[in-house]
Amino acid sequence: MYRSLGTALLSLVMAGSALPSRAQEAAGTLAKIKAAGEIVFGYRETSIPFSYIEKDQTPKGYSIDLCMRIAEEVKQKIGNPVLKVRFVPVSPQTRIPLLINGTIDIECGSTTNNLTRQEQVSFLPTTFITGTKIMVKANSPIKSIDDLVGHRIGLPQGTTNERAVKSYVDKKKLGVGVLNVKDHAEGFLALQSDRVDAYSTDHILLAGLLTKAQNPEGFRIVGDFYSYDPYALMIRRNDADFRLLGTKVLADLFRSREIEKIYRKWFQPFPNNAKVSEPPSDLLKASWELNALP
Amino acid sequence: MEYNWDWSILVQEPYLWWLITGTGWTLAVSAAAWCIAVVLGTLIGIARTLPNRFVAGIATAYTELFRNVPLLVQLFLWYFVAPEILPAPMGHWIKRDLPLPEFATAVVGLGLYTAARVSIQVRAGIQSLRRGLAMAGYAQGMTVAQVYRHILLPVAFRVVIPPFTTEFLTVFKNSSLALTIGVLELTAQSGQISEYSFHSFEAFTAATAIYILITMTVAAAMSLVERRLPAVA
Repeated sequence: MYRSLGTALLSLVMAGSALPSRAQEAAGTLAKIKAAGEIVFGYRETSIPFSYIEKDQTPKGYSIDLCMRIAEEVKQKIGNPVLKVRFVPVSPQTRIPLLINGTIDIECGSTTNNLTRQEQVSFLPTTFITGTKIMVKANSPIKSIDDLVGHRIGLPQGTTNERAVKSYVDKKKLGVGVLNVKDHAEGFLALQSDRVDAYSTDHILLAGLLTKAQNPEGFRIVGDFYSYDPYALMIRRNDADFRLLGTKVLADLFRSREIEKIYRKWFQPFPNNAKVSEPPSDLLKASWELNALP
Repeated sequence: MEYNWDWSILVQEPYLWWLITGTGWTLAVSAAAWCIAVVLGTLIGIARTLPNRFVAGIATAYTELFRNVPLLVQLFLWYFVAPEILPAPMGHWIKRDLPLPEFATAVVGLGLYTAARVSIQVRAGIQSLRRGLAMAGYAQGMTVAQVYRHILLPVAFRVVIPPFTTEFLTVFKNSSLALTIGVLELTAQSGQISEYSFHSFEAFTAATAIYILITMTVAAAMSLVERRLPAVA
């Protein structure tokens, strides 16, 4: 028994230590795409309107559009006009491992660029800026996290929002119950069915969830921003060529102001609900200016 | 593949603590579900062998229903649908006032599912015995209950220990599905460590090792039990 357990553990450790040396291949993402004849996009299923699917099951959204522009540029760069685009669904928990292990080449979702994540992955220039807020039922007296004492809040597991809310709660020593949910749809369902009193994620995603609600007026987005979340497309680390290509494509869009057109298409109003509209914030406009590298 | 390996994160705070609590929840969910499964599964397994056709039919229906619907679907039904079809105050109580609602739902869901599988083993164990055993009991003037209590069950339970071990191990592995309804058990905690530290491979390797450790310990304990009991002739 002990011997077999020892062997099992040993083989795991060996598998772990063998990987890094095998992984030092010179080939970057572009070489991989060229060899495979396809570029693989990681997409989110419920991040409206960045990256989501509807009845036709084709991923669409603001981030997907930007990724498509990058795919166009990749086609030119590697000289393959029939390059295929393949979509792989990712979740907050799987997006980084799947990118690192090469299942996807670029993540087109709603991922916050932060320094901890940069230890494992890399990001293209910021494409959207938002922050954590909370959503409650319209008839709820709750106006901020401080009002949640003795109540329960749903948090999407593995997100920056989860961390922001938990650290706020810990810092102020508030007695707030937490329900961990897998994705936004489940979190919204928990709020609708009264399993929790509030649900928290980036404010723009809360607005996106409202567009799917049967009664959007039954909910309210409240509170201050509890975090600063700049979104960016996520790529593998130490891949200067692919990174440069992506940065070029985005800088072109920012410089030519074409980004505003793409933005309007998805946010003013939201594609699936004409009643919800979100003009670009001043911070976002400034970010576009700053990243419009000549 | 570009990956920064760092095994030391597994013993750092708070990640070590997360692994410990995650292991605790995995053990708690599995043990509680196993208790439900053994008690209910034994009753249903016995019911399926009873001479009464009606009781046996109900027991068979239970087994077929619970073993043929995927466990994940069952958990979702218990968690999301069951409270909504109950009367509103009762549904609200389950959702809000029941202590540890996710844990309780996971235990019930996993317990009822595993009970269906246990019942099949128990029935098979009883049916594997020669018919003459029961008949001898009846010839002595024993009632049905006495035949089961004193003759069939003591032997049948020894026969089913090996398949019981398999089911017991399966409970531990199936308990990872509890994460889908918000129980922070071992797999969920590994996922959380991976999201916080971005050292996914280390986190899931640790979870793998802990699962193997748990199941091997259980298997060893069960084989000890098996050896201590007198063999079936």
